[in-house]
Amino acid sequence: MTVKDNKENAPPRTVPIQSATFSNPINAEIRRAAATGIYDIRGGGAKRRVPHFDDLLFLGASISRYPLEGYRERCDTRVTLGTRFAKKPIELDIPITIAGMSFGALSGPAKEALGRGASEAGTSTTTGDGGMTPEERGHSTKLVYQYLPSRYGMNPDDLRKADAIEVVVGQGAKPGGGGMLLGQKISDRVAEMRNLPKGIDQRSACRHPDWTGPDDLEIKILELREITAWEKPIYVKVGGTRPYYDTALAVKAGADVVVLDGMQGGTAATQDVFIEHVGLPTLACIRPAVQALQDLGVHREVQLIVSGGIRTGADVAKAMALGADAVAIGTAALIALGDNDPKWEAEYQKLGTTTGAYDDWHEGLDPAGITTQDPVLQARLDPVDAGRRLRNYLNVMTLEAQTIARACGHNNLHNLEPEDLCALTMEAAAMARVPLAGTEWWPGKTGAGF
Amino acid sequence: MCGIVGLFLKDKSLESQLGVLLTDMLITMTDRGPDSAGIAIYGEPSPTVSKVTVQSENPDRDFADLAEKVQPMVGGPVSLSRRDTHAVLSVPHGTAEALRRQLREVAPDVRVMSFGDSLEIYKEVGLPRDVAARFDIASMTGTHGIGHTRMATESAVTTLGAHPFNTGSDQCLVHNGSLSNHNSLRRKLRREGIHIETLNDTEVAAAYLTWKMQTGATLGEALEKSLEDLDGFFNFVVGTRDGFGVVRDPIACKPAVMAETDQYVAFGSEYRALVNLPGIEQARVWEPEPATVYFWTHGDTATPTGKAA
Amino acid sequence: MQTYDLAADGLRGLNATLQAQSDETNQTEWTIVNPRGSHAIAVGLDAPIEVKVMGSTGYYCAGMNKQATVHVHGSAGPGVAENMMSGTVVIDGDASQYAGATGHGGTLVIKGNASSRCGISMKGIDIVVHGNVGHMSAFMAQSGNLVVCGDAGDALGDSIYEARLFVRGSVKSLGADCIEKEMRPEHIELLRDLLARGGCDAKPEEFKRYGSARQLYNFKVDNAY
Repeated sequence: MTVKDNKENAPPRTVPIQSATFSNPINAEIRRAAATGIYDIRGGGAKRRVPHFDDLLFLGASISRYPLEGYRERCDTRVTLGTRFAKKPIELDIPITIAGMSFGALSGPAKEALGRGASEAGTSTTTGDGGMTPEERGHSTKLVYQYLPSRYGMNPDDLRKADAIEVVVGQGAKPGGGGMLLGQKISDRVAEMRNLPKGIDQRSACRHPDWTGPDDLEIKILELREITAWEKPIYVKVGGTRPYYDTALAVKAGADVVVLDGMQGGTAATQDVFIEHVGLPTLACIRPAVQALQDLGVHREVQLIVSGGIRTGADVAKAMALGADAVAIGTAALIALGDNDPKWEAEYQKLGTTTGAYDDWHEGLDPAGITTQDPVLQARLDPVDAGRRLRNYLNVMTLEAQTIARACGHNNLHNLEPEDLCALTMEAAAMARVPLAGTEWWPGKTGAGF
Repeated sequence: MCGIVGLFLKDKSLESQLGVLLTDMLITMTDRGPDSAGIAIYGEPSPTVSKVTVQSENPDRDFADLAEKVQPMVGGPVSLSRRDTHAVLSVPHGTAEALRRQLREVAPDVRVMSFGDSLEIYKEVGLPRDVAARFDIASMTGTHGIGHTRMATESAVTTLGAHPFNTGSDQCLVHNGSLSNHNSLRRKLRREGIHIETLNDTEVAAAYLTWKMQTGATLGEALEKSLEDLDGFFNFVVGTRDGFGVVRDPIACKPAVMAETDQYVAFGSEYRALVNLPGIEQARVWEPEPATVYFWTHGDTATPTGKAA
Repeated sequence: MQTYDLAADGLRGLNATLQAQSDETNQTEWTIVNPRGSHAIAVGLDAPIEVKVMGSTGYYCAGMNKQATVHVHGSAGPGVAENMMSGTVVIDGDASQYAGATGHGGTLVIKGNASSRCGISMKGIDIVVHGNVGHMSAFMAQSGNLVVCGDAGDALGDSIYEARLFVRGSVKSLGADCIEKEMRPEHIELLRDLLARGGCDAKPEEFKRYGSARQLYNFKVDNAY
């Protein structure tokens, strides 16, 4: 009785309030750091919400413009990369390529599946920080060979076997940083290919060992061209940080193609602080890069490939409308293969995570058998089935992009233009330099409305 | 990101060829810097005359009566000798620095490239071959010179963004690399009253040296101090009235080759810039060490070579 | 013997001609005149031919070499013999930065001094330097052997993996995780062979050996950088 009376008569109390600054996830990370003494390492790209293609809409045609018939009228998707200097440019059926992902970060069957799916869809795939495997070359009709600071497995024979060479200066997940591959994934074969002791934590260099800056890069590109008889397109890949200058300097150094990777672009493993706090959102990268190409008079002559968070045909169409010649996908391709599939939920739970959140790719325990070197786990991925899924997904994205292009009255994806777009938010309007929906204005725009 | 060349003559008999040699070196570095080119050339200082090199986008108009305009300000005879968009004002000894500050008022469209007793700086946008030709650098004589070809990284491709930068009376600096703290340093130097014209990182380095020397440091000391205060990647080559210095950052990634014979000391971003120098086959050729200041002066002795400080 | 004038006939023709030589070629001796510091001379070769370069070279001479012997009668610019797979490259003079960078095999002999980052990220190449090497040499060196008959600059062998470093003179400083190691008889024998291949008359007993302490091989709280 007395107790109850006390409760009823007590004054109202403050409801417990979580700090927005010191949120539970932040506090958990502080405790984790305090306990372990090492930063968090994970795979994937930025998870925070940033202005993205979702914040843009297409205008479509009606009376002032005329649409094309969805299934009947031609809407071309082909793209040729490397038309500036290379004797043998790459011709792709669709403007969606597979981004560089290493054997080592990915299992052999996963690399094979990427090659199969890309080849069936008529596009290219790309090696990664670990050299070229015969399986990968065998299953990819068009293969881009990455030339990375580590030079793991680099050799002139594979260079000549490649259809293009991508000089990797940086990537969106970690611009200014080098690759990481932790000991769990340095298997016998990975160790041999990289010439490293088995089981060590490998941290690649952030700069190339034998050149620094665009003036040296020009000479490096000359050497690569001389070794490959000026046949191969030379791409230069940069992380999105200073896209105007980096694009301009890649062009000055002699690139055929510029690959620009925004902060949503993934990585096999790096510090979480790098992924979430360094680099520009993909949306913010494209217009400055295109501006650089236009200022130098080489837009479309030097092709621009954009990557980082491309998921749908709408994303493809929006990137191209902003001036890209093609896009590259990494994370999306892995999901198409089977990464983070709900059918593995019970196993994700055992790893302390859940479907859609699994990003500890560096630990090599991937239930889907993709980001692992464990023979048992990787046997779970059938490269033929997974390759077919990737092909289907690439085809769907292409159809979606065509649907949008036709609706905007274009007979070629490359004819999409910024004027086909409007923005839903001020941020997206500013970054994409397209009008806020229903207006003729974007932040920073000067001059007359039309 | 750029190409640098420098030539410091010990043998007076080569002085008549300085312009020819430097022009050849500069053009060889075109691939490293196709955007703009410039040259600083040091002649024999006169006890009676100082020099201000000026540039104008509209030299026909701006240079026509410049000498007459300047004369009352310096209180003595003034002569003007023009080379394309540049002109050298010869003024009474010791009046150049004050004139540099005053020129803005009498000739606002004219920009000062350099001032001093022996230094002239010529620089423009364009390929090194074309820049060298329009100023006829090959015809110039002198005791030492520094040239630069620029591949712009982040700041604008303009005449003022071209190197060399004049850092103080008879002082100049060229740079290959990319500084990473130049914005903060520019703000600090401006608060200290140092005039900085552009957003170029190299100009900040030049202004930093000027500031250090204004506050009592020798050039050698200022260069030593720059190793602490400048962040990023750099090779600097500097010139003074009778000296020539080189310093590289501690990481020292950007290329640098030096050659020395009894006749000269030469600097090139690449060896091929040096291949036409007389006697290069017998020269001592080496790469400067990181974080080490090298300095040569004409001085009294024939070969006072060595590290400063 | 074939002679090729680089100044007159150009780089593309030179490399195309040399790269076209097969294992069975009877044109096994080539002399390149007027190199004048040019870049990418004799790159991507893949035949047992001998190439003499009569003068100094620019960047990446003999880059990615396989099988060929390239002898530079002068000094070499940055990245000589970068990523070499096999064969031999000899520099009579000095070598600039990054000599033998990422080399997977073969032998690089530098009769003068090598500048900074000699053998950076080397992956199996053998490098013999008659003179000194500059700072950050053998940075992240993975495997192979670097022999320095003179002195080594700062931060030798920083973040080294399994490469072996032999230095006769002084070492200005050792880089992170690089330590002096015992010279065992097998190292003396290995070094004797390397010195012979490099044309050095130094005695293997005069050298010290350096290699990885293997403390950075796995992330630890106390070396998490």
